[in-house]
Amino acid sequence: MLNKNFYLILIISLVFAISFWIGFNVNLLPAEASINAPIYDELFKILFIIGLIIFIGMTIAVIYSLFKFRKRNDQIGDGIALEGNLSLEIVWTIIPSIIVLLIGLYSYNIYDRMGGMKELNHNHEMMSSNTEKIWAGISQTSDNEIAINNLSIEVSAMQFAFLFNYPKGNFISGELHVPVDQKVSMKMESKDVIHAFWVPEFRIKQDIIPGQPTILNFTPTKVGKYPIICAELCGPYHGGMRASIIVEEESDYNEWFNKNKKPEVNL
Amino acid sequence: MTISIDPQKTNNESLQPKGWLRYFSFSLDHKVIGIQYLVCGFLFYLIGGTLASAIRIELASPMSDFMPRDVYNQVLTLHGTIMIFLWIVPVVNGAFGNYLIPFYVGARDMAFPRLNAVAFWLIPPSGLMLVASYFVEGAAQAGWTAYPPLSITTPQSGQIIWILSVLLLGGSSIFGGINFIATIIKLRRPGLKLMQLPMYCWAMLGTSLLVVLSTPVLAGTLILLSFDIIANTGFFNPVLGGNVVVYQHLFWFYSHPAVYIMVLPAFGLVSEILPVHARKPLFGYTTMVFSIMGIVVLGLVVWAHHMFTSGTPPWMRLFFTIATAFIAVPTGIKFFNWVATLWGGKISINSAMLFSCGFIINFVFGGITGVALAQVPFDIHVHDTYFVVAHFHYIVYGGTVFIIFSSIYHWFPKVTGKMLNEKLGILHFIITFIGFNLCFAPQHWLGLNGMPRRVAEYDPQFQFVNQISSLGALLMAISTIPFLINVFLSARNGKDAGDNPWNALTPEWLTSSPPPVENWEGEAPLVEEPYGYGKEIS
Repeated sequence: MLNKNFYLILIISLVFAISFWIGFNVNLLPAEASINAPIYDELFKILFIIGLIIFIGMTIAVIYSLFKFRKRNDQIGDGIALEGNLSLEIVWTIIPSIIVLLIGLYSYNIYDRMGGMKELNHNHEMMSSNTEKIWAGISQTSDNEIAINNLSIEVSAMQFAFLFNYPKGNFISGELHVPVDQKVSMKMESKDVIHAFWVPEFRIKQDIIPGQPTILNFTPTKVGKYPIICAELCGPYHGGMRASIIVEEESDYNEWFNKNKKPEVNL
Repeated sequence: MTISIDPQKTNNESLQPKGWLRYFSFSLDHKVIGIQYLVCGFLFYLIGGTLASAIRIELASPMSDFMPRDVYNQVLTLHGTIMIFLWIVPVVNGAFGNYLIPFYVGARDMAFPRLNAVAFWLIPPSGLMLVASYFVEGAAQAGWTAYPPLSITTPQSGQIIWILSVLLLGGSSIFGGINFIATIIKLRRPGLKLMQLPMYCWAMLGTSLLVVLSTPVLAGTLILLSFDIIANTGFFNPVLGGNVVVYQHLFWFYSHPAVYIMVLPAFGLVSEILPVHARKPLFGYTTMVFSIMGIVVLGLVVWAHHMFTSGTPPWMRLFFTIATAFIAVPTGIKFFNWVATLWGGKISINSAMLFSCGFIINFVFGGITGVALAQVPFDIHVHDTYFVVAHFHYIVYGGTVFIIFSSIYHWFPKVTGKMLNEKLGILHFIITFIGFNLCFAPQHWLGLNGMPRRVAEYDPQFQFVNQISSLGALLMAISTIPFLINVFLSARNGKDAGDNPWNALTPEWLTSSPPPVENWEGEAPLVEEPYGYGKEIS
């Protein structure tokens, strides 16, 4: 009996060890290039490890049962007439409930750190106290919201392109240029069908909806060129609907901005 | 008012054709209708599978070079629609439900045999209509979700035929659901209590409740969408003041429960198969029943987790995260109970058992990625990417389709009186299992690293992993060959099965194989313990 428990504990510890090792050493995600990304990757790592423990554990249990309890050639008759075990049932109801609840609370915390729980259409004071927070994928906002951000850009999406309007410079660009380490706030609207704005390296995505502007805030942290991908089926050329976001040092950004800037037109 | 149909009369030899011809007739026999569902569903599976192969051929290279881009969108739309509405839903519900439920409740037929036949005969014309729409002006190309405004702006004829076809299939599904509820509640043999029913009855009761509650919402939504397309109304058209997000809410109010309509019957079927081949009672019958009902209730309040990147307020995202994640609890209970059913058994390792165990492993994997996807911050990155494609194929293919094959190996002797060949069956399992995992496991990585779904072209850095995936798809296509050879050869020259080759205790085995038209020669047996293995040595 002691022997059996010993092996059980050994196997469980091995499953945990393997899961943690894989969780910490196998990287399945692209580069981290925004404030959101490391927060996301933290959540991913935790879910990956818990998932691995459950998956490897269940797989071992199934394969072990198939080998250990397989019917040998000389055997006849049935297995044991075991119809259930209430305490076992309670255990495997309560433990998963606790795990699921903890994951839920933890992901709430992650979401809050990403700025997801912040109501964008609230008053100014609430906003300015939280300006460091980043916001991924929120729908409703008021226009004066955008004004207080460092860089506000208006995105319009259409079959099959993104256009980026820089209101301060009064110009429109097909490439999104942003300075590194500065908060960017985008107001997005579609001209025709639903599109989505996705930058995998930023771990953010938000649908761009016709007739209903959406807001997406982010802060890039790494200089480089990253793809902007449309993630919502929008027609035959959906796969080709891509643009680039260029994150650059502030001086480079300013140079690009001033080159493209147009004087305001007085009507 | 109830009309009782005397089976002696309705199945009068002069009215109902016999032999192979009866499968092409408006038969009222639930067993014939069940086989009609299965064969019809399998033919559409072959069509849907061919479309899937076309998708994987296109994606073997990063350029859009195999077919025109709009055709590609038609192919992916038809693939999804056919696999869901013409293969999985009709087969796990209609085929096995019709064949097994009357046996399980001790009845000679379903409650409404004519409605039953009507429900089946709606399927072939709507399926053919859907496929034929390709030759009109091109099939629908807005995805199986048909989100407006894309579905309003793409060629109209394809989209309208798609809507009509899905409406007919939804109607068929509702007819079936009403029939199953009536049969399970009202047609039970005297003396048979609800808590003595085989688990598949409970699964079908739960599923049918979901069908009856949610399918009408889809029907209403699609009718409004068709008005937007043909009559220029503005329900969902933003140009006319409509709201596209409302469509998504209404659509997913059906289409998330649809996932449970596709997996709950599979949960029921595996609960029948495992105890027989493990020679052990089903572990935890009562908790299994309650977990099915828990999934039904929770399944109705999780739909907005498909819309975390649409316009949804924060509180709603949070509520749907928690509700979705909690479905893992009743689902988890079922999986622990199945493993406990295996534990301590005398397990025959045959094709039916292997496919069932493959189901457990695949579904656990898909369930884990499902809990991850339920978390809003996680989902925001991978929504609408290949990660999601991989996740739901683990659920519906690795889960339900594996159980469909398992069930065919298990009940083939019942239907034909012949055994399927075990060697070919195990070969079928091995190729399917390897091919499936090779095809879909790498797609998780693709999604995480930046490949969106429903694209005909992609970043060249993803080519190698896509080719692995396409290789897996090739293996899945090949795996159909040993299965088809097996079915055709065994139906002709298979080993005689006898009446009860598995020594099973559920009522369908307590009659001859194949069963007589009235199901039992005499009175229906009263089976109080459908899983009473190991109780008596006889």
